[in-house]
Amino acid sequence: MSDTPVLSVRDLTVEIPTRGAVLRPVDAMSYDIAAGEILGVVGESGAGKSMTGNAVIGLLDPPAHIAGGEVLLNGRRIDDLSLRQIRRVRGAEIGMVFQDPLTSLNPLIPIGEQLVETMITHLDISQAEARKRAVAALDEVGIPGASERIDSYPHEFSGGMRQRVVIALALCAEPSLVIADEPTTALDVSVQAQIIALLRRLCRERGTAVMLITHDMGVIAETADRVAVMYAGRLAELGPVREVLSRPRHPYTEGLMGSTPAASAGRPRLHQIPGAMPRLGHLPPGCPFHPRCPRAQADCTRDPGPTLAACDGRAACWHPVNVTDAEVSR
Amino acid sequence: MLAFILRRLFQSIIVLLIVGFVAFSMFTFVGDPIDNMLGQERTQADIARLREQLGLDQPFFVQYWNFLGNAIQGNFGISYRQGRPVSEILLERAPATLELAAVSAFFAMLLGISLGVFTAIRRNGMASNVIMTLSLIGVSLPTFLIGILLIYVFSVELNWLPSFGRGAVVDLGWWTTGFLTTSGLQALILPAITLGLYQMTLIMRLVRSEMLEVLRQEYIRFARARGLRERAVNFRHALKNTLVPVITVTGLQLGAIIAFAIITETVFQWPGVGLLFINAIQFVDIPVMAAYLMLISVMFVSINLIVDLLYFAIDPRLRVGKGRGH
Repeated sequence: MSDTPVLSVRDLTVEIPTRGAVLRPVDAMSYDIAAGEILGVVGESGAGKSMTGNAVIGLLDPPAHIAGGEVLLNGRRIDDLSLRQIRRVRGAEIGMVFQDPLTSLNPLIPIGEQLVETMITHLDISQAEARKRAVAALDEVGIPGASERIDSYPHEFSGGMRQRVVIALALCAEPSLVIADEPTTALDVSVQAQIIALLRRLCRERGTAVMLITHDMGVIAETADRVAVMYAGRLAELGPVREVLSRPRHPYTEGLMGSTPAASAGRPRLHQIPGAMPRLGHLPPGCPFHPRCPRAQADCTRDPGPTLAACDGRAACWHPVNVTDAEVSR
Repeated sequence: MLAFILRRLFQSIIVLLIVGFVAFSMFTFVGDPIDNMLGQERTQADIARLREQLGLDQPFFVQYWNFLGNAIQGNFGISYRQGRPVSEILLERAPATLELAAVSAFFAMLLGISLGVFTAIRRNGMASNVIMTLSLIGVSLPTFLIGILLIYVFSVELNWLPSFGRGAVVDLGWWTTGFLTTSGLQALILPAITLGLYQMTLIMRLVRSEMLEVLRQEYIRFARARGLRERAVNFRHALKNTLVPVITVTGLQLGAIIAFAIITETVFQWPGVGLLFINAIQFVDIPVMAAYLMLISVMFVSINLIVDLLYFAIDPRLRVGKGRGH
C-alpha cells in the first residue's frame, strides 16, 4: 500500500442547529487510519464517538450535518458527495457494524439474501456467484454449516451468531475501511471476545482499516493499534495504544484509566472523575474538561482551548501528566 | 400447520353458531311477517294457518334448530316475499355485490398502499401534505354523502356516468358479470369509489404510519449503511415489514367492504345482496335476512382465516416448529 492513509479526517465538525444555539457534537476532529490499522475511539456516552462514525459514512440524522472539515477516503474527498455517490461508497468502500445485532438484520429476509443483495449492488457478479460467495463469507465468520444455514432467517440465530452475520455483511463487498460502532456492547460477555477476535483477524487478513468505537477500555487495550480519546466532541488524546494506556498524558485519559477495573488492578479503589461531562449546550470556555480536572490552572479557562496541534500533538492539554523531563525541555 | 387450520375451522364454526343465534333472536323484534304477507281482509284462522305453515308458532329454540339443520344442507328456506328459495335469490344477487366489492377492494388497496408509501417516503413534501389533508375528508365523510356527491357531480352535472343500476350484464350461466360491457364498467365506477374511498384512506394512513415506524428501525439504517439502492431500502426492506400489520386491517376491511355495501347499494340502487337485505328488512323476510347474515359471517370468518395464513407466508418468525422463536 502507498503511504496515503485509508481514512483521513481533517478538522471534522458536526453541528446540530437547535432553537437556542448550535450544538457541536463533534468539534474539529482530526485523525488518520492506515491500511490494516485499528483505531480505537473511546469516550463516555455523548462524547461524539458514534457521531464521528456516522459523519464519515454520511449517515447523520438531520438536522445534524457536517459543518466543516473534510473526510478523505484513500485520498478522495467523500464528505461532499451527493446521496447517489455516497451510496456507492457505503458498503463497497466503508463497511459498518452496528451495536445491536438483534435489530440490525431485517427480520423478514433470509441472511443469505441480505448478503447477496449487498454484493450484487456493489460487485459486478452474477446471482449464482454472489450466493457462492455468501456461503464462503458465512463460513469465514464461523457460522457452522454455512451452506445449509444460508436460507435461515435472522431470528433462527443467537445474538453472537447474528453479529457474525453482520460482520460478514459489512465485509462482503470488500471495503477498505470498517466502522464498528460498539460491536460487542449488546452481546454476552462470553461472546464479546470471540467477536472482537474475529473482527481483528478478518481485517488483518484483508488489510482493512478499522475504526472501533467503544467505551470499553479492555477491548481497546486488546485490539487497537492506536487510540483516540474523545471528550465533549473534541479529541482529548491520540496516540499508540500502549503509550496512551501505560502513560496517559491527558488528565481525562488518566481518570478514565483509573475508573476501569482491569487497568487499575492493584489499586485499592476505583478512581472516580468528579462531576459529569458537560452538556453540549453548556460547554465551559477553554478546555472543556477543566471544571473536573485536578490539574486545572487559570490558562485552562481561556479560549481558545487546547488542541492536539497547539500542544504536543498527542494530548489536547496545557498541563499534561506523565511527561518526562526530556520532553518538557523540548 | 394442519392442526392450526383445523383449530381455526372449529373456532369459525362456533362463531357462526353464535352469529346465527344472535341474528335469529333479533328477528323476534323486527315485526311480524304475517302482517305483510296477508292483506287487509284476513281472518284469525288465516293467520294461525300461515303461522303454522311457516313454523312461526314453534318455540324460538326449535325454530333456530330447524334453521340450522336446513342451512347445513344448503336450504335457507323460501323467501316470504318472493316465494322462491332464498339460496336461489342469493346466488342471483351475489355476483353484483362481489364484483363491486372486488373492484372497491382493489382500488382501495392499490391506491391506499401506494399513496401510503409515497407520503411516508416524502414525509415533508408538499404533495404528501396535500394528500394527507384530503384523506381526512375521506375518513370523516359518511359513505352515503360521498355517494350522493359523486352522483351530483358526475351524473347530474357532468352527465358522464350513470347514477344507478349495474348497466348491461352478460349472463355466464352461473354468474352475471358487468365487466364485459361498457355500460357495466361505467356503472361500476361511482359505486366502487364510494365504497372503497373510506377503506382507501384508512389503508393509506395505516401504511404511512407503519412505514414511518419501520423506516426508523435499525435494520433500515444498516441497509443504508450497506449502500443498498434507495428503492431496495424502501420497497424491499421497509415495505415488506410494513405489510405485516397492514394485512390484518386490510383483511378485516375487505369484510367491511362487503358488509358496508348495503349503504352503497342503496344509494346507487345496485342490485346486490345488500339491497336485497334492506328490502327484506322492510318486509320482515326472515329467511332472507338470516341467510344474508350467515353469508356475511362466513365471509368474515374465511377472510380472517386467509389473513392468518398470509401471516405465515410473510413473517417467518411465526412458522411453528422451526427456529428459536422471538
